[in-house]
Amino acid sequence: MNLIEHLKEDVRFEESLKACMNCGVCTAICPAAEFYDYDPRRICDLVQRGDEEEIEQVLRSDTIWYCGQCMSCKTRCPRGNVPGELISVLRKVSQELGLFRHSEKGRQQVLLMNSVHRNIMEIGYCVYPDRVDPDYHPEQGPIWRWYHEHIADIAPKLGANYHGAGPGALRDISEEDLQEVRKIFEVTGGTEFSEKVKKNS
Amino acid sequence: MKRFWNGYQKAIADDHYFYERSCIRQTFFPGSEAAFLKILREELGKDICDNPHQHTCTGIGYHSDVVPFETTMTVVARLFSLMTECGYRNYVPSCVTSFGVFTEMLAKWEEEPELKEKARQYLWDACRREFEVPDNIAHPSDIIFKFRFDLKPKMKYQLVNRFTGKPLRVVEHIGCHYAKIFTHAGIGNAEFPYVLAGMIEAWGGEVIDYPERRHCCGFGFRQYLVQENRGYSIANTQKKFESMESYEPDFILTNCPGCNMFLDKWQYTIAEMEHKTYDKEGYGIPVLTYEELTGLLLGYDPWSLGLQIHQVQCERLMDKIGIPYNPAEKYCDFTGRRLPSPEKPEFLKV
Ligand code: SF4
Ligand code: SF4
Repeated sequence: MNLIEHLKEDVRFEESLKACMNCGVCTAICPAAEFYDYDPRRICDLVQRGDEEEIEQVLRSDTIWYCGQCMSCKTRCPRGNVPGELISVLRKVSQELGLFRHSEKGRQQVLLMNSVHRNIMEIGYCVYPDRVDPDYHPEQGPIWRWYHEHIADIAPKLGANYHGAGPGALRDISEEDLQEVRKIFEVTGGTEFSEKVKKNS
Repeated sequence: MKRFWNGYQKAIADDHYFYERSCIRQTFFPGSEAAFLKILREELGKDICDNPHQHTCTGIGYHSDVVPFETTMTVVARLFSLMTECGYRNYVPSCVTSFGVFTEMLAKWEEEPELKEKARQYLWDACRREFEVPDNIAHPSDIIFKFRFDLKPKMKYQLVNRFTGKPLRVVEHIGCHYAKIFTHAGIGNAEFPYVLAGMIEAWGGEVIDYPERRHCCGFGFRQYLVQENRGYSIANTQKKFESMESYEPDFILTNCPGCNMFLDKWQYTIAEMEHKTYDKEGYGIPVLTYEELTGLLLGYDPWSLGLQIHQVQCERLMDKIGIPYNPAEKYCDFTGRRLPSPEKPEFLKV
């Protein structure tokens, strides 16, 4: 299968790139374009041209990993394209085909698999205070270190049910509910996808 | 003219809500979730279900590209099935990322009904569950906005500086995924963000319209979650601070828990790295969630709302409004026992 066919297999592809007129409005609003050597207009143009070699190059590059998924481009594109969504499709295919491992930014996906993805599988949350380690998050400041250390004593004051059963913030999700979430990942390909990325990293 | 503005409004259900908790909000601002439920139930007399079987919407994983679309879609379907099972039709996700994910799925299902059937099949195969789509999706801030004038007479305080008698000047930030993905989903659209501005104006404050008002808070998903990429995140947040600085905001009000955390914590980081704060006195600009603000004005205890776990301290703001607080209770646990105080930052004043 050629790469364009792979991209088209993603249900989001068609909507993300209808017809780009290369106006550059998306680039003008893009926070990633301000920070990185990144230009969503060029990505749209490149995919639209359909040159397999160019597409393979971009799937192997750092470029597709610069977007911050803010979706400001969706609001502004006069043609109704969604460059941020197109990026997401490119990232999916890059990971499916193992091409991400050729780029430094792409290889970071394994870190996200081992944090966010693992959190979902193990505890049913993307993020949980116990897993926001103050040593890995110096930007969270001394207040986070303090909260992290005393959370069991503070959480009830804030109305949270930290590691408790039943409803409430920060409760433990029951094993039965976790099993259903894991089954969804299995049935829909989410588990296989993460294994593929880890294997290729 | 009237018809033109219709595009900037949205229908918000009146009662009987199904609440979905947010990974980020409960991690960083659990007091806000508790306050929202209390406001709805005790102040407004509304019915809201807090279901124990819920879980992440996977939004952070979806936008970090570690969870495929089909998986997120089916996780959303399971959450809808919980709502259906409890007999509710109005879905209220407590996070702007979730709100974006849910509006995206509903839009996709409407455009391509076969996708919805696919979600039904996946959910059945995985969990033997069925679901109905909600009649209404509202972010919790939409509900507070809807009832802002009902809450006002119950409020003990107003957004007025008690020393000068002037309205407090407020920067608001609605968060990208609230109205940039589907502009019709947000009050005021992406162009005229009004969900928080409406609260600020109703409660006596003044909204600051500054150049980078609509710029992203800088989260960027993988751009923050991976330590090496955090320069992206802080640089974008700094751009906002620089743009708002000359307007001298009294505080920042946020819609999304992630934005709240970044706007709070990056002020600390910038202060420590560059010895720069965006207020004149070196304390930083306090950043509140809309639940914290509503709770404060209603007279709720600031330490039960969780203001002590913000890095930029809020006492000076409370002094301006005239909200009393007990400093001795700030670092106490739930039994009233005094915990050791947190360390002080080197540069940021607390
Ligand atoms: S704004 Fe739309 S049409 Fe213009 S360059 Fe970007 S994707 Fe193409
Ligand atoms: S979603 Fe990505 S490409 Fe679009 S404006 Fe945001 S950072 Fe730029």
